[in-house]
Amino acid sequence: MSRILRSLSVASVCLVFVAGLAFVIWEISAVATPVDLPARLAENLERSSVENPVTAVLLNFRSYDTLLEIGVLVIAGIAGISVARTSSLEDPELRTSDELLYALQRWLIPLMLLLAGYLLWAGSDRPGGAFQAGAVLAASGVLMRLGGIPMDFLRPGLMLRLGLSLGFAVFLLVAVASALHGGEFLAYPPEMAKTLIVVIETVLTLSIAMVLLALFVSAPVNNAEEPEEGGS
Amino acid sequence: MTLLLMAGLLFTPLAWAVLTLLAGFRRGRGITWLGIVIQVLVSLALWAVVAGEGGFQYPLGGWQAPLGIELRVDGLAVTFVLLTALVAAASGLHAGFYLDPDKQWHRYFWPLFWFLWAGLNVVWLGNDLFNLYVGLELISLSAVGLVALGGQAEALRAAIRYLMAALLGSLAYLLGVALFYGQFGSLSLSGIAFALSHGSAQGAAGFALILMLFGLALKTALYPMHWWLPPAHGIARSPVSALLSALVVKGSFYIAARLWLELEAPLGSLALAQLLGILGSIAVFWGGWQALRQPKLKQVVAYSSVAQIGYLFLLFPLTWNTTEAVALQAQQAMTLQVISHALAKAAMFLSAGNLILSVGSNRVNALAGVSHFLPFSLFSFGLAGVSLMGLPPTGGFAAKWLFLQASLATGQWWWLVVLVGGGLLSAAYVFRVYRASFVEDSNIDHFFHPARRLEIIPMVLALLSLGLGLIAEPVLSVMALVFANGEGT
Amino acid sequence: MTPSLLYALAGAALCGIGLFGFILISHLLRKLLAFNLMGSGVFLVLVGLAQHRSGPDPVPQALVLTGIVVAIAATALAVVLIRRYYHLAGKTALDDAARETLRDQGSRQVREEPGE
Repeated sequence: MSRILRSLSVASVCLVFVAGLAFVIWEISAVATPVDLPARLAENLERSSVENPVTAVLLNFRSYDTLLEIGVLVIAGIAGISVARTSSLEDPELRTSDELLYALQRWLIPLMLLLAGYLLWAGSDRPGGAFQAGAVLAASGVLMRLGGIPMDFLRPGLMLRLGLSLGFAVFLLVAVASALHGGEFLAYPPEMAKTLIVVIETVLTLSIAMVLLALFVSAPVNNAEEPEEGGS
Repeated sequence: MTLLLMAGLLFTPLAWAVLTLLAGFRRGRGITWLGIVIQVLVSLALWAVVAGEGGFQYPLGGWQAPLGIELRVDGLAVTFVLLTALVAAASGLHAGFYLDPDKQWHRYFWPLFWFLWAGLNVVWLGNDLFNLYVGLELISLSAVGLVALGGQAEALRAAIRYLMAALLGSLAYLLGVALFYGQFGSLSLSGIAFALSHGSAQGAAGFALILMLFGLALKTALYPMHWWLPPAHGIARSPVSALLSALVVKGSFYIAARLWLELEAPLGSLALAQLLGILGSIAVFWGGWQALRQPKLKQVVAYSSVAQIGYLFLLFPLTWNTTEAVALQAQQAMTLQVISHALAKAAMFLSAGNLILSVGSNRVNALAGVSHFLPFSLFSFGLAGVSLMGLPPTGGFAAKWLFLQASLATGQWWWLVVLVGGGLLSAAYVFRVYRASFVEDSNIDHFFHPARRLEIIPMVLALLSLGLGLIAEPVLSVMALVFANGEGT
Repeated sequence: MTPSLLYALAGAALCGIGLFGFILISHLLRKLLAFNLMGSGVFLVLVGLAQHRSGPDPVPQALVLTGIVVAIAATALAVVLIRRYYHLAGKTALDDAARETLRDQGSRQVREEPGE
């Protein structure tokens, strides 16, 4: 009885919330914004050296957000491997020896790698970019792992940690290099902006794929435990 | 020069996170100490620059707001940057000796520590609503990772509960950001304040402000949304607890305070301001009462944080619709309370860690007789407690004195009850720990002696918190420095 | 009423549904799904509301991409923690009384902790 009552009260709270939110959205949609950001963006797009506005926002205008966002992803990766089995991330029980999957893989994986490359390349002038490419790359990694293809670099050694941090480190180096040249943090020199953005996109793709794959692989857990301070 | 300082401030924590990720625990410790030195020096220099020349805007990537992200480097921001550098340096040094280097997973402490520090600096300097969201997530995820590091089921339970609360809080904040962007077409906080002062529609933005304040209050553990804090802060390693209580909860509070101070005039309301003040007051009493009843030492300290956070929320009623002078007084009180609580609470958690290490138990009753063996750590604990009680000449006293004056000036005398009652309750729970440690008839004679360097660090923090009241004047004069805030772009 | 505005309103509804699930469900994985539902709702509001007037706006699109990556990181971290918690404690909910999350659990739980 109390459970029903509770559900009802939560439901009514949520309904009130949705109604309020919808009303506010309706209100806001009726008036014009004082700042026209898309127009300003269009004016400055040429200076950003990227043709796709979304990529320009991500990697030039608001590149600080993107840098930190990759940081968040690396944190998740670190937390993931910190609870992973310490000796090896390869768990034979999780492999399948399914003939069909194996055959399918030989078709799919080259195709997926090609698609990842295409998405990365497309990012400069149409929808696509590092994250989409990284996600596809990670997915092909997951398929490979399920199919039992050994991936030694995923052992929690230096290689894995290098892979996790590579994209972030390169991005950070570019950011600080421009600051050392007397500009602001993350201000690319205009003549090199295009090259730098392509480099950053490429290493980010690899790193994003690596983090996602590491998080998938590190799901099996170790038994090492830390007792609470002073707990017996 | 200033440009280089800013680059150093933003770059060092992130770069050190990568470096320590690649190294093991011991090498990571050495690298971290080098980084701490750099970061403290850079923060000091930046503080001096702002104290001398006033604040400035820093457009990242050379793009002005609203197109790009601009940092606001003003007196309040650099004060908090410096505070973070001090407390994080102390916790980092302590952790280097405190954590067991032979445990595999402790190597991941360092990168998470540096990411946490980076996130805090993002929040102090942020002026872009979405950038602040990313900063908040950087802080929350690294904090959760630190709580869970190698932990048992109980620690994981606390970490998951913490993560869920943090995620809900961030989403509420992000929804507010979405509504603001929809209404103003800009993400820059000063840009939005400017548009509001020039008569944009206000009703809808008030809803967005409430959503954001709710999310941030949840992340700051304001009563009754504090349920996640004591388990997480109580069960983490002591250096981690110190970071969480001293700095992490202040991050979300700081954003709430900045939002309120910029937007309260057009969007705030008497009811909202008083509600936040009243919840803060309940937190002071509830947290103090719970701290008095906790069987575990670190839970006492954690509930004390719930209480001390409550004081901060007096900022809201004392700045709503008051004169400039009173509002400034309330802001100064809030700043001093944040600083003194950060120093005192870090000192308390670190010395509590030492006490637990020496008696081998985390219960308050197990401290019997420890006063003979570990007077130094116990003394630091007590000194920090004096600041929490708000006795002169501590920073806690200075903060409460300013709150008191602001309350009287606005005729809101009811907050006096909170200021006095909260101080009495803190005295009660600090003395409870002391009484337990002076019990003589203890059969235990195998106290473990932590290294002297572990004991010095909390002592330094406690002394700083104690002396803060004496140097409050220069600290406050820098805190109030704002840049010539031209037309918000 | 443009389609974009419809997206924003649908986002509001998703937020509500997600919030309902997030508060009521005690199974951690399902709670996490509810969180993701809420997140999608917020992203829809962010893009839909901004694009309602002036057509495609790359800024919120970029923000949502960043937001998605952050949400994925948080979700992945949560899954890893939940998995380990399940492994160690054998439970899929925080505790049996997880329904009462909003009441003061901290103190009660401390007293119930066994064996110290």
